[in-house]
Amino acid sequence: MKIASASKTNQSPLLRRKQGFAYYLQRDWQLYLLVMLPLAFVIVFKYLPMTGLVIAFKDYKIARGFWGSEWVGMEVFQELFAKADFIKAVRNTLLLNVLDLCFSFTMPIVLALLLNEVKSIRFKRINQTILYLPHFLSWVIIGAIAYQLLSEGGGVVNNLIELMGGTRIPFLQEDNNWLISYLAIGVWQSMGWGTIIYLAAMSGINPEMYEAATVDGAGRWRKVWNITLPSIRATIVTLLIMALGKVMDGSFERIYALQNKATTEFTTTIPVLVYRWGIESGNFSRATAIGLFQSVIGIILVISADRVAKKLGEDGIL
Amino acid sequence: MKATAGGSAVPHKARIDIWEFLIRLAIILVSLICLLPFIHVVSKSLSSDSFVIANKVFLWPQGFTIEAYKKIFADASILRSLYITVIVTVLFTILGMILTICAAYPLSRAQFKGRRVITFIFLFTMYFSGGIIPDYMNINNLGLMDTIWSLVLPLSFSAFNLLIMKTSLTHGIPVSLEESARIDGAGHFRILFSIVLPLSKPIMATLALFYAVGRWNAYQDALFYIKHEISLRPLQLKLYYLVIQASESFQLEATQVQLSNPEVLKASVVVFATLPILCVYPFVQKYFVQGVMLGAVKE
Repeated sequence: MKIASASKTNQSPLLRRKQGFAYYLQRDWQLYLLVMLPLAFVIVFKYLPMTGLVIAFKDYKIARGFWGSEWVGMEVFQELFAKADFIKAVRNTLLLNVLDLCFSFTMPIVLALLLNEVKSIRFKRINQTILYLPHFLSWVIIGAIAYQLLSEGGGVVNNLIELMGGTRIPFLQEDNNWLISYLAIGVWQSMGWGTIIYLAAMSGINPEMYEAATVDGAGRWRKVWNITLPSIRATIVTLLIMALGKVMDGSFERIYALQNKATTEFTTTIPVLVYRWGIESGNFSRATAIGLFQSVIGIILVISADRVAKKLGEDGIL
Repeated sequence: MKATAGGSAVPHKARIDIWEFLIRLAIILVSLICLLPFIHVVSKSLSSDSFVIANKVFLWPQGFTIEAYKKIFADASILRSLYITVIVTVLFTILGMILTICAAYPLSRAQFKGRRVITFIFLFTMYFSGGIIPDYMNINNLGLMDTIWSLVLPLSFSAFNLLIMKTSLTHGIPVSLEESARIDGAGHFRILFSIVLPLSKPIMATLALFYAVGRWNAYQDALFYIKHEISLRPLQLKLYYLVIQASESFQLEATQVQLSNPEVLKASVVVFATLPILCVYPFVQKYFVQGVMLGAVKE
């Protein structure tokens, strides 16, 4: 009977009295018990590592341990900003991610608009199934396929180019070509999957709006421009804000699977540098500092983008 | 499948005009770009060396042979990696689902006090983290290096999946159903197991598959945490050493697999590691799409 009366209290706010937390703890102890397990996990595997960030301000020596190492203030950061590799990594990270944002962010929107225009449901389904496919492959496999297709010696793309009388292109073995291949492969991997969220937003558009526009004499493009696009604007803005937060980040797995010894100009990025300095060379303080720098920039970007979006009358995400 | 039903369809005007034709053509082209690379790699893996070396293989196997696959299945170290990946993926998915449900159910109940604070604690991890090195030191301090637990435990909680599950439970379970159960005297555990979980099958299937595919494909953590125990390398890491590094140095890792032409071997290893996902994919695709949309539409 206790539960029944509790739910009654919950239902009618007029009758609800202020209760101490102990009351709720006793009433809903099962819920609190459930949430303990994930909470413990988050604390051990997400929050505990955050305390490790202090070694960015210490001269971390493994022998002296986490507490025994000396405080050095901002010294690690000063040293970091003087490193040529670091400047290069920041430049490359920005370059790769901003370009990626330009192409990998816009292609799904274009593709979703195209798919939305198709009337045959069967045609749409078959093509969607194929378009989602690359999303389910690991970067190792994509890297391997890329080498099979694009390598200068035996890649099928070069074989075709040669067959048609062109010269072979080192798609993955020369810096600028590598950059273009990197971006194209990113678009290839993500564009189909990226359409899902936009198509979902489009499915929520009231069909009467299109009917009214047709009556008013609007053509196909007019309807896309004046109805479909404005209707998915909120979705676009939300995803854009989230993408902006990753501009200083970038996938380690993607770069690591596509890089090779011939193309080092653009592959030195922040995640790669963290790996190289930290895990390969054991310079934990410096690698932590660069990671912290990246997280802080990321969070600043998300917050500012969110503010700007709100100023412009959008919902934002925070 | 609301998304595929489309919005702009005007039913009484279904004839194919020139624009419809061009749009379909563009979509088919993009689809082919997504599909043809696989077909090429599969063809290569089933061809004989001489045709591959002569650059004769495009979209159909030449000199059909399954020699390369026989060699993969004869290599104990590749099968061992497959076994590790399967074990890790299963454990990871089960644990991930338990954690997600345990967090999402309480957080979706309006009467649960302290909901906002706890939600913040979970979602904050989406935007801020210690980063690679503190994570690495944490795993090291917990003594998980070179164990399969380093691949199972750290990533098993996903704030993103929690958000999807929470949204789905908040909107998807009728409040009246829960209330009638309460009046009949059911506690939260009973409600969760007898009402909420059975009603949430689609979203649970989706998230389980998110977890499984994510784990199956990841290799970054294995690269960091599995340093010395070569026998614990999951398939993707094995693949990385075998295929990606080999394409730089043209030297294969010490395995029993030896082929005169590594291209055919590489192609077949790629197909071998992709096949499990490709077999599951057609069956689960609709769940994936539904799940993503549940999270998307109501955000």
